[in-house]
Amino acid sequence: MSTLVDQIKQLSSNADAPKYTSKDFATDQDVRWCPGCGDYSILAQAQRIMPDLGIPKHQIVFVSGIGCSSRFPYYMETYGFHSIHGRATAIASGVKLARPDLSVWVVTGDGDGMSIGGNHLIHLLRRNIDVNVLLFNNQIYGLTKGQYSPTSELGKITKSTPHGSIHYTSIPGAFAVGASATFVARTLARDPKHLQSVLKRAAEHMGTSFVEVYQNCNVFNDGAFFQFTEKDTKDDTVVFIEHGKPLIFGKQRDKGIRLNGFTPEVVSLADGKYSANDLLVHNEQDTTLSVILADMTYKSHLPRPVGIFLSIERPSYEAEMARQIEVAIQKRGEGDFSKLLHSGDTWEIS
Amino acid sequence: MSAKHTHNIDEVTIRFAGDSGDGMQLTGTQFTNTTAILGNDLSTLPDYPAEIRAPQGTLFGVSGFQIHFGSTEIHTPGDTCDVLVAMNAAALKVNLHSLIDGGSIIVNTDGFNDKNLKLSGYEANPLRDGSLEKYRVYEVDITKLTTAALQDLNLSSKFVDRSKNFFALGMMYWMYNRPLEPTIAWLGEKFGNKPDIREANIRVLKAGWNFGETTEIFKARYEVAPAKLKPGTYRNITGNQATAWGLMAAAHQAKLDLFLGSYPITPASEILHELSYYKHFRVKTFQAEDEIAGITSAIGASFAGALGTTTTSGPGVALKTEALGLAVMVELPLVVVNVQRGGPSTGLPTKTEQADLLQALYGRNGEAPIPVVAAATPSDCFAAAFEASRIALKYMTPVICLTDGYLGNGSEPWLIPDMNSLPDIAPTFHTNPDNFLPYERDELTLSRPWAIPGTPGLEHRIGGLEKQHRTGNINYEPANHEFMIKMRAEKIERIANDIPLAEVEGDPKGTLLVVGWGGTYGAIKSAVMRHRAAGHSVSQLHLKHLNPFPKNLGEVLSQFKAILVPEINNGQLVKVLRSKYLVPAIGLNKIQGLPFRSVEIELKIEEMLKNY
Repeated sequence: MSTLVDQIKQLSSNADAPKYTSKDFATDQDVRWCPGCGDYSILAQAQRIMPDLGIPKHQIVFVSGIGCSSRFPYYMETYGFHSIHGRATAIASGVKLARPDLSVWVVTGDGDGMSIGGNHLIHLLRRNIDVNVLLFNNQIYGLTKGQYSPTSELGKITKSTPHGSIHYTSIPGAFAVGASATFVARTLARDPKHLQSVLKRAAEHMGTSFVEVYQNCNVFNDGAFFQFTEKDTKDDTVVFIEHGKPLIFGKQRDKGIRLNGFTPEVVSLADGKYSANDLLVHNEQDTTLSVILADMTYKSHLPRPVGIFLSIERPSYEAEMARQIEVAIQKRGEGDFSKLLHSGDTWEIS
Repeated sequence: MSAKHTHNIDEVTIRFAGDSGDGMQLTGTQFTNTTAILGNDLSTLPDYPAEIRAPQGTLFGVSGFQIHFGSTEIHTPGDTCDVLVAMNAAALKVNLHSLIDGGSIIVNTDGFNDKNLKLSGYEANPLRDGSLEKYRVYEVDITKLTTAALQDLNLSSKFVDRSKNFFALGMMYWMYNRPLEPTIAWLGEKFGNKPDIREANIRVLKAGWNFGETTEIFKARYEVAPAKLKPGTYRNITGNQATAWGLMAAAHQAKLDLFLGSYPITPASEILHELSYYKHFRVKTFQAEDEIAGITSAIGASFAGALGTTTTSGPGVALKTEALGLAVMVELPLVVVNVQRGGPSTGLPTKTEQADLLQALYGRNGEAPIPVVAAATPSDCFAAAFEASRIALKYMTPVICLTDGYLGNGSEPWLIPDMNSLPDIAPTFHTNPDNFLPYERDELTLSRPWAIPGTPGLEHRIGGLEKQHRTGNINYEPANHEFMIKMRAEKIERIANDIPLAEVEGDPKGTLLVVGWGGTYGAIKSAVMRHRAAGHSVSQLHLKHLNPFPKNLGEVLSQFKAILVPEINNGQLVKVLRSKYLVPAIGLNKIQGLPFRSVEIELKIEEMLKNY
C-alpha cells in the first residue's frame, strides 16, 4: 500500500538537484546569541559545509533540546525542532526511525547532552541510529546564567558551587566511547577548517556520529579553552590526531606521544632518543586506542587530543529495523488488516 | 455415555486460584477461549500478584482468574463466583469470601499439607474442621493423579508439578461440557517442536476430563447454551490486544505508518508485545530507554509523518507529562494510551484503578488542554484507540486514551467490525509552499497544517517556546500569549462538534442517572438493569469522551433529580461534573484495586432512591 509519506518522498525526488551556497542555509530569524559567543562560528561552519553534502535542504532536520546551543535550529534553513531539555536525541531517534531517508542532526550542549539528557545519549550511541550529534561543550550552564556543568573542572566556583565544585568532571569523548559509539570526534569552534572537516566526516558516517566542539562562553566561562585555541599556546597543548599518522605536536613539531604499555607519554623528538617511528600511530578503527585517547583529556602533562578518535562500521538501528520488516513481509506476506481481524479462533452467530 | 445428570444453566462464574507459578492465568485463558468458541457471552477478571513467582503456598502469592459466562448477555466478570478451584490452602483462604453460599469448591488436597496450612494461617485443616459446611467441597488429589498419568514418561517432578493445572482444566471442561480440541490445538502450536511436553500436557488434560467422567465424586455436569448475541462473526479479545489493533486500524485507515515508542510497564506491556509482532504490517515498535524517550521518540516520528503513539501506565504517565506539553505546543498528532493501575507512585502495579482522570485532564504545566477518551469494555479499547487516533490526526493534538488494568487484561467476545464501516480518517500533508505559515489554522477545526520534513519549500522550525499566531515564530508578546492559550483551548473545545451526543441508556428523564466512564460500564449496566426491571426510575450514561464532553451533557444531566457517579477512585469525574455543570452529583467510590461488584452499585442506587 502506498502511504501518504510515499507521496512526499515522490515530491522530494522530483525537486531540482540543489546547488546551494552557505547563504541558502541562513534563516530570516535574528540570531540571539551573545556577541562573541562561540556558537556563531559553529553555525557559520555548519552553513558552509551543508552545500557540499549534496542533500536537498528539505531533507535535512536539525533537532535540539534546551540551552544556548539549542537555539541553533532556528538559524538553519532546514526543518528544525527545538524541543525539551535533554530529549533531542530521543526525538531525533523517532524522526530517523520513521524516516530513514532524512539527514538528521542533533545540536546539544554539555548540560543538555551530558546531564539531563545523558541517558538518551548513551542509548542513541549504542543503537547507532544514523544521527549526527554536535555537542557544544563550554563547561558551564549558559542559559541559566552560570552554574557548573558535568564538564566543568573540579573545584570550579560558580553560583551553585560557591565553595568549588566537588563533582568529578565528565569527558564527553570517553562517555561516547564507553557507550559503544561508532564515530567520536573532538573539534574546536575557533578552528573553522578543522571544524568543517570533522562536520563533513560526521555527515558521511553511517550510524551515530558524536562530535564534541570546544566552544567559548565569553559571558560565564570566558577563556575555558584558550590554552587549546590561542596561537601562542595551542601548538604545545593540542595534538591533532589523524588516521595513519604518528601523534606529533609542538611549535617545532618536536614532541610526540609514545605508548608505554597502555599509558601515553610525551617524548621529545629533538634529543635523538626517539623518532617518529617510536610514536603512537593513530588508527580510527581501533576501539581500544579510542579509550586511551579519550582518557588523555584533563591530564595536564599530556596535550589535549583533537580530531577523530574513532570511526568504525556497524549496522545502523534503522537499517536493521527495515531488514526485520522486509524479512517479516517475505515470510508472512504484506499485512492484511481484515484478515488479521478474522485470524485465529472466530465463530459465527446467526 | 455418562450416566450423570446434565443440568441446563443460564450463567455461571468460575474462579481458578493457585500459586502464581501454578499457571492459573493460562488455565483461565484456555477455558475462556474454548468458552468463547462455543458462543457463550463472557467476561473475565485476571487477578494476579506483582511478584512473578512469589514464595510457594503464601497468601500474597495467590493468582486468580475469574470467568463469568452464559447463554444471556454478560456485562461483568461476576460479583461472586459459583465455583472455586483452589490449588492450595492459600488460594482457598484468599478467595473463599467471593464464593456464594452453597457454591462449589474443587480443591487439590495435596495443597493442604501442614506447610500449606501454616503458610496460609489456618490453625486447623478447613477440609476437616467443618468450616466449609455451607459449600459443596470436592476433594481431588490433583498432584497425585497428574503424577500417575505421567508416570511412565520419565519426566522431572518439577514438570509434573507444573502440568497439574491442565488436570484441573480437564475436569472443568468435563463439568461444563466444553470440548478439549481448542486447547489440544493450542498445545500443538505452542509446543510444536517439543512433542514430549505437548503429549504430556494433552495426556494430563484428558486425564482430568476422564476423572470427571468416571469418578463418583461429581454427581452432575452442566450445559450452558450459546448466547443470543447480535449476528456476525465474533472473536475473543483482551483490552490490550484491542488497543493495539485499534491503533493499527487507525494508521491503516489514515495511510500512515504506525510508530510506537514505549517502555515496558505493567499492565501496558502487552500492547508493546502485540504491536512488535506485526512487522509485516510495517508497524515500527521501539522499546525506548525510558518513558520519556518512549513519548519523545513518538513525537519525533509524528513530526516526520508517522502516527506516533506511546503506551504506559501509572508512574510512566507522570514521566511523560513534560513531553505532553511539548506536543500541545508544537501541535503534532500523538496518542498516549494509559492502562491505569493503582497509584500513587508504584502503587498497585497489577491492580486496576481509575485515578488518573484528573491527571489526564489537567496534569501538565501551563494551560495545556488535551482531548481524553476512555474505553468502556475490553473490546471497546479498539474503538477508543481508533477514536483517539482520529482526533489526534484531525486536530493535530496529543490525545490521551484511558483504559485500565481490568480492561487491559480482561477479555470478552467481540463482534469483528467491517473495516469499511469504521469512521473515516483522512489526514493530509501540506505541500503547497506558496504563503506557507506553519501555524495558519483551518477555519473549522483550528488545526495547523502538517508539513513534514522532506517536503520541498516548506522548511520551518517548531519548538516548545510560545509561538506567534500564524507564523509560528518565537514570540513573547503578552497579547499573543493569551491569544494562543485561548486558541489552543478552543481547538480542543471544538472537537465537541465532532463527537456523538451523550446518549442515555433507559429513559432520558427521570429520578436517578448513573454516570460512569471507563471500565465500570458492565457493573453499572447490570445494577441499573436490575433496578429498571423492578420498575425504578434509573438510567445510565457512560461517557467515552471526557474532554471535551459531549455538547448536550449539561442538558442531559438536568433531566434527572439525582446523579450518581461510581468510580474506582476517590471521586474525580464527580468533581468535574459538579464544577462544570453545577449539578449535585454524588460519588460512589471504591479504591481497592478491584472493579465494582454490580451489587455495590445496586445497593447505592437503592439507598438514593429512598429519598425520592
